Amino acid sequence: MSELLRCEKLTKCYGTKTALDEIDLCLESGKIIGLLGPNGSGKTTLIKLINGLLTPTSGSITVCSEKPGPKSRVNVAYLPDNSYLNNWMTVKKIVDYFKDFYEDFREDLAYEMFERLGITPETRLKSLSKGNKEKVCLILVMSRNAKLYVLDEPIAGVDPAARDYVISTIINNYNPDATVLISTHLISDIEQVLDEVVFINNGHIVLQKTVDQIREENGKSVDDLFREVFRW
Amino acid sequence: MNWKPDKNKPICPQLCEHMSVLIASGEYNPHDKLPSVRDMAISAGVNPNTVQRAYETLEQQGLIYTMRGSGRFVAEDVSVSKQSVKTLRFEKTEEYFSQMEALGFSKDDTKNYVKEW
Repeated sequence: MSELLRCEKLTKCYGTKTALDEIDLCLESGKIIGLLGPNGSGKTTLIKLINGLLTPTSGSITVCSEKPGPKSRVNVAYLPDNSYLNNWMTVKKIVDYFKDFYEDFREDLAYEMFERLGITPETRLKSLSKGNKEKVCLILVMSRNAKLYVLDEPIAGVDPAARDYVISTIINNYNPDATVLISTHLISDIEQVLDEVVFINNGHIVLQKTVDQIREENGKSVDDLFREVFRW
Repeated sequence: MNWKPDKNKPICPQLCEHMSVLIASGEYNPHDKLPSVRDMAISAGVNPNTVQRAYETLEQQGLIYTMRGSGRFVAEDVSVSKQSVKTLRFEKTEEYFSQMEALGFSKDDTKNYVKEW
């Protein structure tokens, strides 16, 4: 097991508002990890720092021993919370785009997964439903051979059956050398597939434990514990 | 896989229990090949590391064995899984009696009720 992400006293402020307050966090390879927290807790800020889309106000962050930047991005596959693909593009065009961008992109795997969904290469993105667009984005991200997969709200917009599809896609691409970090607030749908959960609130890490540890110690599911910790 | 684990209990022991029931009930026969960790994880909808740990536990208990390179198989001797089903039978019965008691039926009432069932 190797260390994929390390944050030390990581702080991010937007003006006078502190989004992340001196967090220490370490994530190892070979795991599926849930990043859980209420709205505005700092989940997306942390994810953007991991991807180098924001720079820390203070403290340090390393991804696969590199500072976030062009070098670390080779190892990170990122699914943002909103789509950045052009609507007029066909699936084939997008696949070519990804192949060009990422050396580790597995084209065959992507097409195999598209076929199973009944999406042909000629399909234009704009002709797909919102849920299917999200699945296309997930497939593109999971078709990379990355070390760290960062998925920001991958199941928020899809129906329960499609959630099962998303979850099985994540399990199917599980690789012991890689780690998948999933941010979500739909905990009950996903807690069974998680190794570990990280609770974040008001810019602080309040808990980092395995799912079975939480169930063992509290006699309740992660979902129930979440509702208790974040009761308002 | 038709398996609904209790959300308030750790997943790994529940998966072990479910597997031993499948073995004891003859759903899996001795020397049958078990699904790979990944396939089992997908069909049970759980984390691959949880399946890995469950398989290791079952192997320690002697319910299954590993053949290097070809996978995991159900052990010849199913007495261990039969034993875990006996434990389960006890627990389920106890649970039923205490639930009936909560509804206001004494042990004897429940026994009579079961007899008439």
